[in-house]
Amino acid sequence: MIARDKMSKLASNLVLLAIGVLFVLPLLWVLFASINRTAGLRVEFPTHPTLGNFKAVLNTDTTYRPVLNGIILCGGAALLTMICAVLAAYPLSRFRTRFNRPFLLTVLFCTGLPITAVMVPVYGLFVQLNLVDTLGGTIMFMATSALPFAIWLTKTFMDGVPISLEEAAWVDGAGNMRALRAIVLPLMWPGIAVVLIFTFIGMWGNFFVPFMLLLSPERLPASVSIFTFFGQYGEPNYGQLAAYSLIYTTPVLLLYLLLSRKLGGAFALGGAIKG
Amino acid sequence: MTTTVAPTASTPAPSGKKSGGSGKPRAANLIRMLPLSPAIGLMLVFLAGPILYCVYAAFTNMALTGTGAANVKFVGLDNFRKAFGSGAFTNAIWLTLVFTLISAIIGQNTLGLGLALLMRKSTKVVRNFVGTAVIGAWVLPEVVAAYLLSAFFNDDGTLNVMLHAVGLPGQDWLYAAPIIAVSLANIWRGTAFSMLVYSAALSEIPKEIEESAEMDGAGGWRRLLFVTLPMITRAIMTNLMLITLQTLSVFGLIFAMTRGGPGTKSQTLPLYMYEQAFSFSQIGYGTAIALVMLAIGAVFSLIYLRGLNSEAA
Repeated sequence: MIARDKMSKLASNLVLLAIGVLFVLPLLWVLFASINRTAGLRVEFPTHPTLGNFKAVLNTDTTYRPVLNGIILCGGAALLTMICAVLAAYPLSRFRTRFNRPFLLTVLFCTGLPITAVMVPVYGLFVQLNLVDTLGGTIMFMATSALPFAIWLTKTFMDGVPISLEEAAWVDGAGNMRALRAIVLPLMWPGIAVVLIFTFIGMWGNFFVPFMLLLSPERLPASVSIFTFFGQYGEPNYGQLAAYSLIYTTPVLLLYLLLSRKLGGAFALGGAIKG
Repeated sequence: MTTTVAPTASTPAPSGKKSGGSGKPRAANLIRMLPLSPAIGLMLVFLAGPILYCVYAAFTNMALTGTGAANVKFVGLDNFRKAFGSGAFTNAIWLTLVFTLISAIIGQNTLGLGLALLMRKSTKVVRNFVGTAVIGAWVLPEVVAAYLLSAFFNDDGTLNVMLHAVGLPGQDWLYAAPIIAVSLANIWRGTAFSMLVYSAALSEIPKEIEESAEMDGAGGWRRLLFVTLPMITRAIMTNLMLITLQTLSVFGLIFAMTRGGPGTKSQTLPLYMYEQAFSFSQIGYGTAIALVMLAIGAVFSLIYLRGLNSEAA
C-alpha cells in the first residue's frame, strides 16, 4: 500500500513536471531572447548576453509614454470599477429588497455577455457621443465592462463580513455610508485588493477595447502600442520585442506577486468563483 | 439593549431572515438603494445602450462609407439573410465552434481539472513550480502571449526544434494548422483559470469521504468517477460556462497571432465581425453578426443562471 502510494506520487510529479515544462518553454524564450542581440524564434541561451535590447526600447515613444498611458487608463478604470462596485455591493449585501434578486441575476447575466460583440455598437455610440479617441470615454467603458464581475465578487467578499458590528454602529447613529467606510471596508480590504488587482491585470492585458476606441499614437496604452510597433512591419526585431514584452509585463507580475504573498493569490479568486 | 434607537429606514433585517421590504416606506427603500446608482448609470449608458443600439443597427444598412453612410434605412432581415447565406460567415461559425471545443471544453477544462487533481498528490516543490508556470502564462498580457506562442509555433520555433530532436518532421504550424495552433495557444493562456476553480472546489471535499471509498476498495479511476467528480459537479458546470463564454469572445490572441489567416482559416466570429464592420465599413452587417454573438452568449449565460438557481433551490 505504501509502495503504491509512493509510486502514484512519483507518477503525479513526473506528469506535472512534463506539463510544467511545456508551459515554461514559451516563457523561457522571452527571457533569453530579451538579452540576445541576434535573437531568433527558438529557445536558446545567448552566447553574449547583453542589455542592448532594453536600452533600444527604453525611450519615450516606445516605452515610457505607452506604459504611462496604460497606468492612467487601467488605473483610472480599475479605481472607477472598484468605487462603483463597493457602493453597489453594500446595499446588495446588507439589505434585502425585492430589487436585489433581479439585479444580481442581471449582473450575473452581464458577466456572460461577450464584450467583444458589444464593441461594434460601442464604437457607433462613441462616434455619436464624440467620445472616440478620448481617455475619459475609454476609461468609463472599460470600467463598465469590468463592473458586473467586480460587483459580484465584491458582494461575495462583503457577505463574509458579519453584520453585527454595523448594527452597533447604527445604534450609535452612524449612517450607512459611514458604517461602510469605518467598519466594513477595513474588515474586507484583502477582498477589495483581490478584486482591484485582478480588474487591473485584466485591463492591462486587454487589447481590443483600447485598440478600437483610441486612435492617436500618443494616447495608446502599452497593450496596443506593442502591436503597432512590432506587429505591422514585417519581420520584427525579436530581441527588442522580447525586451519590450518583459517591461510591459513587469507591472502585472509585481502586482500578482504582491497578491500571492499577502492575499493567498489567485486561489482566493478561485474560491470566490467556484460557486 | 432595551430600546430600538436606530431609525427604521437604515435598519437592515437580521441577515438570517431578511424580509421583503414590504412594510417599509418606498422612499426609504429607494434611499438605501441609492449607492447602486453609479453602477446602474454606467451599465445603462455603456452596456445597455450599446446593446439596444446593436439591436437597432443590425436591421439597417448603416455603413461608414457609401450609401449606408449618407442615409441609413431599415433593411429588415437582410443582414441576417446575407450572413447565413455567406460562406465566410458559416466558416467563422464553424471555426468558432472548433476553437471553443478544443481550447475551452476539452483543453482548458480537462487540463485544469487534471492539474488540480495531480497537484493534490505531488510534492510541494513540483506543485509550486507548475502552479507558477501555469499562472504566469495566464497573467501575461494577451498580445505578449500571442507573440510568445507565435514564436513557439513558427517554422524556426521551439516546437519544431523539439519535434526534430525526436525525429519527427516540423512545419510552420501557424500556416499548416492555424486553428489548432491558436486553440493550443488559448489552452496555454487560459488553463490557469480552470485549475484555480478546480483547486478551490477539490480542497472542500472532506478527506474522509475519499479515504472511506479507498477502504472499500475503489481504485483510482473509479474513485475519481464515482466519488470525487460528483462532489464537484457544480464547479464543473460553473467553470464550463465561464470558460466557454470567455473563449467565444477571444479576439486579441488570434488577431495578433494570425489575423484570422492564412486566408480565413482561423477567422473566428469576433474576427469576422471586426473585418466586416471596420475593414469593410459595413456597420449594419457587423452589428448583425455582433447580435448573433450576443444571442449565443445570452443563451449560454441563461443556461448558467438556471444551473446556479436549481442548485441553490
